[in-house]
Formats: sequence, structure tokens, C-alpha cells
Amino acid sequence: MTLDEAIYNQLPALQVIVPLIAVPLVAMMRARHLAWLACTLTSLLSFGIAVVITTELLAGATWQYAMGAWPAPMGIELRIDSFSALLLLIVTGASTLMLLAARVPIAAQIQSIRQPLFYAVWLLTLGGLIGILVSGDAFNIFVFMEISSLATYVLVAAGRDRRALAAVFTYIVMGTIGATFYLVGVGLIYMMTGTLNLADMGVRLEQVADSRPVMAAAAFITVGLALKAALFPLHIWLPNAYTRAPHIVTAFLAACSTKVAIYVLLRFDFLIFQESIPNHALHFAGLLLPLALAAMIVGSWVAMFEDNLKRLLAYSSIAQVGYILLGAGLISTTGLSAAVLHMFNHALIKGVLFLAVACLGVRLVQLRLSELGGVARHMPWTMSAFAAAGLSLIGVPGTAGFVSKWQLIVAALEVGPWGLVPIIAIVTSSLMAVVYIWRIVETTWFAHASTAVASVREAPSWMLVLVWLGVAANVYFGLQPQLPLTLATGAAELLLESCCD
Amino acid sequence: MEILGLFNYWVFVLLLMTGLFAIIHKSNLIKKLIGLSIFQSAVFLFYVTLDKIDEGTAPIIRDTDLVDQIYANPLPQVLILTAIVVGIATTALALAVIVRIKEEYGTIEESEMRELDRYLS
Amino acid sequence: MTLVFGTFLLSMMVLVAIAIVREHNLFVAVMLSAIFSLLMATNLFLLDAADVALTEAAIGAGISTVLALGALALTAEAEQRHRPKYRWLSIAIMVLALVALLYSTQDNPRIGDPEAPVHQHVAPWYLEQTPILIDIPNVVTAVLGSFRGYDTFGEVLVILTAGIGVLFLLSAGRNDLLPNPRRIPDNTIRLRQHTIPHVIGKLLAPFIILFGLYVQFHGEYGPGGGFQAGALIAAGVILYGLVEGERPSLALVPPNLLYGLSLGGVLLYGGVGIASMLLGGNFLDYSVLMTDPIAGQHWGLLLIELGVGMTVTGVLLSIYHAFAARDPH
Repeated sequence: MTLDEAIYNQLPALQVIVPLIAVPLVAMMRARHLAWLACTLTSLLSFGIAVVITTELLAGATWQYAMGAWPAPMGIELRIDSFSALLLLIVTGASTLMLLAARVPIAAQIQSIRQPLFYAVWLLTLGGLIGILVSGDAFNIFVFMEISSLATYVLVAAGRDRRALAAVFTYIVMGTIGATFYLVGVGLIYMMTGTLNLADMGVRLEQVADSRPVMAAAAFITVGLALKAALFPLHIWLPNAYTRAPHIVTAFLAACSTKVAIYVLLRFDFLIFQESIPNHALHFAGLLLPLALAAMIVGSWVAMFEDNLKRLLAYSSIAQVGYILLGAGLISTTGLSAAVLHMFNHALIKGVLFLAVACLGVRLVQLRLSELGGVARHMPWTMSAFAAAGLSLIGVPGTAGFVSKWQLIVAALEVGPWGLVPIIAIVTSSLMAVVYIWRIVETTWFAHASTAVASVREAPSWMLVLVWLGVAANVYFGLQPQLPLTLATGAAELLLESCCD
Repeated sequence: MEILGLFNYWVFVLLLMTGLFAIIHKSNLIKKLIGLSIFQSAVFLFYVTLDKIDEGTAPIIRDTDLVDQIYANPLPQVLILTAIVVGIATTALALAVIVRIKEEYGTIEESEMRELDRYLS
Repeated sequence: MTLVFGTFLLSMMVLVAIAIVREHNLFVAVMLSAIFSLLMATNLFLLDAADVALTEAAIGAGISTVLALGALALTAEAEQRHRPKYRWLSIAIMVLALVALLYSTQDNPRIGDPEAPVHQHVAPWYLEQTPILIDIPNVVTAVLGSFRGYDTFGEVLVILTAGIGVLFLLSAGRNDLLPNPRRIPDNTIRLRQHTIPHVIGKLLAPFIILFGLYVQFHGEYGPGGGFQAGALIAAGVILYGLVEGERPSLALVPPNLLYGLSLGGVLLYGGVGIASMLLGGNFLDYSVLMTDPIAGQHWGLLLIELGVGMTVTGVLLSIYHAFAARDPH
């Protein structure tokens, strides 16, 4: 065996181990720039590993890895398929982009001696999220969910004022309830099957199908993960947490944290409960579709009237979770692939939008629309990037946002006459997005200049380069959506493999 | 005795709901946190209940044991060891947040914090 | 007999939980939670989970009580009475959920049923193969450290996250990351003035630490391992701190050392994993560490348990000091 092969076989483990092993090293550093550099390079390396894994996957490789060399279901197994690969790209990519941009804003906001700790916690978040994505074991997912959650709480608590602390406390309580519900659900499945391995669970649950504990397990897991994914009406922790966190942290979280919860939710509902609960698809759709539609309308509605820029975007995220689950609730290959594709595209869109907000945040303390009048005339590059990403959010053709919304509409049309309801919701919610994005554009470009922005300068050019890189990605994946589309279709086929129809 | 075969599960459910009640109904952050740990402890009881086997003993296999000795299931125990550690980690972090809240707000009652923030904005 | 005793203890737990929720004095509520944890530990012991019982007693009743008391000293002593909105509506919903959950337990396997699925699939394999593959008596340690060693690595990271997180949160607006012994006023709470607790505490502390070390290195044979040991050693040092005061306790084990222990434990654990990768095995495959796979497993377990013990001790004590050394404003 050559060295290349040896490393190649270890890639799934390295994907999760690299950021985690770097944690104590970064935490030991005393020089803040060094800590930032080490953290960023680690994240970049993770992204590189994710790219290699995805390339190989597209070339037909399958990724399985037995931790400690113990075969599943006795040991813990890592498994990477096209669904996890797509999310790995999102998580590692978002983390790398935000870290590259993080040095200046974080240096301004967090005291120097605390910064190495901040970056160590960032790596814990990253490693935790990756751990969830690569894991093939239900309890192992819980452990990594807790790593990422605890680390996320700390990142959010690094926010500028005391309201960050209040937001974090609510977040801790809600997050822990969600995780504990998940744990109870896993315990119930374990009680009925005697296994914790996801693939094994799916097979063994069929033997005890249609029993009360399995139904209870499905309820606990779906509710717990919906809480983590901020599905309406379980979203109440999200707006404050996103608003009060440091801007760069918000950009990172908005791009990936709720999506990882949705990933686990879909895996459980489609691969494990599908065959063990009669009419599960129907229950799932019956519960999730109305909530998804409500999220799309309510989230966008609140965003239309919100004054705080970050809170506005947070409510928009709640609406986007609705879009994703709407696609999943249609229970078809087109619907699911649209949902998975929208996870990717929304990460691109919200990542760029919040990164632009972070650029504003470097120069301004208050991010209320009422005090941002005319700011775009001082920061044209930042705000035109914001507007471009806004177009993608609305779903203008030629942008990434258009591709997945179009897919969603196609999927809804397949359903027949009832498909009109989701289509109306998609169109309405998109029109509302036009309203709230236009409000921002109008205020920042054309409104009477507010006194607060009189002396601001354009954001640091390095950050602008990164924002525009994100905008370019939005356009690129709007015109060339093959890569995410292939992975998303693969994911949809995988999820529907065991479905009854 | 057949009825008592499910008693552990009932206690688990009761504790789960008691914890949840405290989390939702209490305004004091420390009380909420205590509720949260009761909520988590309930799950410990549930998992460990699964390991029990009639006539069994703790899964420590000694040479002096009888040949047909039955042992309890070690797996739920391992999982709960992890869960206990997760519990103390969450508690510690939340307590630190509460201490900071007290320093910044001067109170740890959620209702009062909300009033204070209303003046701020 | 065990069944009756267990039923009694479980009923007590429910009553104590209700008492905790109803109690307005936070000090009393925290002490009741300690009693709740002790009852829980006893129950876990009755359920043949010796390792878990030991951990729950050390962490639930010991460490978390001390941390909560430390936080109480910095915040408030009593809860204010308040009436939440929609009280009866949410009570009604919770009662409904309670009934639904109770109903769903009907199909659960009866406790102790040897035919239950949990006793069929993976568990017998662990019990049969541990003597052959790993050759240590305590199967819990084998599963924890080797078969599911990756989970345990995650768990060490969870505790490290809490440690770093608390230090990060409590250093906001300050110049020191770690408590500085020289800056602590020498009037922190301690029991030196009270003869009996002082003498007993001082006598007990070294024995607790010694017991911790025993549990650390005996975990493969009896109940215990890195977690329990770390919690016990931390408890011993905390007891010393409560008796003698915060400053001597920080002088005994300086915060820098504790921080180093926390990080070093994770590095040691991860390092064992990396070493097994470099030797051609998978991550945490201890069999490749030595020419004899069983010896490799022994060494691997010893080292990772040591890593766990280091991190748990380091983190729990760092967190304790972060609270105890803080001056209330």
C-alpha cells in the first residue's frame, strides 16, 4: 500500500478528526493572529478533504469507515453519501469563507487574550457539525450534536451587548430540549431493535413495525430535530440568537447550522421510519407541509416590517427552512432534490447576505434600517453585493436562488391540482422577499442620509473580495447548477430508496 | 408484580414532564436550569432501565463468576455515562451565562430582563 | 425485595422533583437536587449499572451541586414569585402529553425481560467478545474505551467545550483568562472557622483524591474509569478549597496547570488515535499499537482513560475556580 492509498482510506476519519485535533493546539496559542491563522488553515484543509471526498464520490467511490476497526453495528461507522457530501461542502466552505473574513471584525470586538479561545470554539463547532454529517450511528450523532451546540452557544454569547446573553440562555434551553428529545427517540428505537447503527436500525425496525414505542420515537425525533432546525412554530430561539451573535458568527450559523438539523431529520424520517410506520410518508407530509407553508408566509411577513437588519434576515431564514421542508414534504424525487438543492443555495445566499452585514458591522454599530439611510452611497461595494445576493434570495433567473425555487415549482406541479397551494405560497413568499429586499435597497441607496452614516468609509477591501467571491458563486451556481444538482438528485434517490411507492 | 414491570417508564415520563414544567413555567433562570437537569436525568433513568435483565448482575466478568452468570447490558450504561457528562457540560455553561446575565442585568428573572431590555431599545 | 425498594426510591424521586419545582428558596432547591441525584444514583445501582451510579453520585450530586452553589453566591438566593401567562393552557397541554406518553409505554418490554430486543443483538456480542478480544473484566470500560471509543473521544471534546466556553464567557471585560491567585481577596467563603467541618474536610480530601486515583487505574477491573476518577479528584480538590479557602487551593493546583491538563487530555486521546492511524490501523484501533493485539488494547485503554481523567479533572476544576474566584459585584 502506498502512502497515498493509506491517506486516501483514512479520509472520512480525517474529515472530522483534523479540526478536532487542532482545537487544543489553537487553544494553547497566546498570539491571536497565529490562532486565527491556524484555525483558518485547518478549516481550509477540511474544505479540501471535503472536495476530494465529493470528487471521488462523483467518480463512483463509496465511503465507509469503521472507527477503531470494529465492524458495525458493534463499533461506530462513518458513512458519506451524496447527501452528506453536499452538506460537508456547505459547512466546511462556509466556515472557511467566514474565517477568512473574520480577522478584522473579531479583532475589533473580542479582547486579544480571548481570541484564541474564540477560534478554538469555532473549530469545535465546525468539527461537531462535520461529525454529525459523516456519522452512521444514531448515538454518535447525539454526541457531535452536543459538541456543535455547546460550541455554538459560546460563539453566540461572544456578541456585543448583554442581549446576546439573554438570547443564548433561551438558545441553550431550547437546544437542550431538542437534543434530549432526540436522545429519547433514539433510546426508544434502541429499545425495540437493540442497535444504534442507522442502517441496521432501518432493517431491524421493520420487524417491529407499527408499534407504539416506534411511533413515540418518530414523534420525539421529529419534534426534537424540528426544534433544532427552527421549523415554525419552534423557531423562537433563532431570531434573537442570530441578531445578537457577532456578525461573522451569524454568517457561519445562518449558512449551515439549521441545515445540519434538517439533514438528520430527513435521514431519520425517510430512511428509518418510512418502512416501520404505516403511511409514514402521509403523516410526515400532513404534519410538515402546513408548517412549512406557514413558515414561508409568516417568516417573510415579519421580515417585511422588521427594522433591525439582522433580525430581518433571520426571519427570512425561518421562511427558507419552510421552502426546504416544503420540498421534502412533497415526497418525490424532484421535491426532495429541490429541497436538498435549496439547502445548498440558501447557504450561499444567506452566507453572502450576512457577510455583507458583517462588512457594515465593521464600520457601524447600529444596524437598524431607520439609521442606515444612504449608507450605500458611502459603502457602494458592500451594498451592491448585498443587493446582488438579495436578487438571488428573491429568485431572479441567472442566480442560484432561481434554480432551486424553479425546481420546487416543478415538483409541486407534479402533485396535480393540490400542487397549486404550495406554488401560490412560493410565489407569495417570493413577492414578500421582493418587498423586504427592496426596502433595504431603497433605504440604503436612496433615502435621506442619516447622521449615523455621515462619516463611514467602505469596508476593508479584503472582506469585499470575499463577499464578491460569494456573489460570483451565486451567479456561477445559478448558471451551472450541475454539481449541486447531481449531488441533490443523488441524495433524493437515496432517501426515497426505501419508500413504499 | 407484572404491573410494576413498567413502573420505571412511568417515573421516566413523570420526571420528563416535571422538568419541562419547570423550564416553561419558571421565570428564574436557575430554576429553569434545575428543571432542565431533571429533564435530562429522566433520560438517564430510561436508558439504564433498558440494561436490566432478570437474575443479572453488573457487567464485570470475573474468573470467579459462575459459568452461567447473566450480565446486564453494558451498552446503555456506556451511553448514559456520555449523557451525564453532556449534562454537566450544559449545566456549567448555562451557569456561566447566568452569572454574566446577573452582572449585566442585575437580575436573573426572565420577566425583569425583558422589562430592562425594553428600555434599552 | 429489590423491586419494592426500587419502587419506593423511584416514588421518592418523583416527590423530590416536585418539591424542587415548588421550592422558592434557590439554596434549598439546589440541595434538593443533590438529594435527587443521590436517589438517582441509588436507583442506577439497583439497575446493575455500577459505573453509571458512581458517575451520577460524583458528578450529579457532587460537582454540579458545588457549581450551582458557586453560581448562587454570585447571583441570587431566592426566586421571585410570578404568574406566567396562559398557565392553565400549557398545564393542560402537558397533562395531555403526559397521558399520551404513559399510553405509549404500554408496549414497552417489561423491565428485566431477557427476551427484550436490547438483550439480543449487539449486547451479547460485547459480553462474549470482551474477554476474548480485549481481555478485561469490566465490559463497560471495554465498550466505552474501545468498541465505542470514538463516542468517548466526542465526549471528552464536549467537556472541553464546556471548559473553554466557561473561561471564555467569564473572562469578558477582564484582563485575565484564568483566575489569578494574587488578585483574589483572602476573605472568600471557607470553613476554617467551623472546627468540625474543617477537620473532617481536611481529613477526607486526601482520601477522596487517593480513591480517585484508584478508580482511574482500576477501571478495567472494577467500576470506574477516567470520568469517575476525574470527577472524584476534582471533588477532593474542591473540598480542600472549601475548607482552606480559594487562594491556597489555587496555589496547590495552579490554573495554568489545570488548563494544560484539559488540553493535554484531549491531545493524548487524539494522539493515541493518530498513532494507530500512523501504524496502519483505523482511528482508535488500539490493536495495532503493539505486536500483540490484546496488549495493544490494554495500552490503548490505559492511555485514553488517562486522557479522559486529565481533561475531566482539568475542566471541572477550571470551571469551579472560574466561579469560586470571582468577586461578586
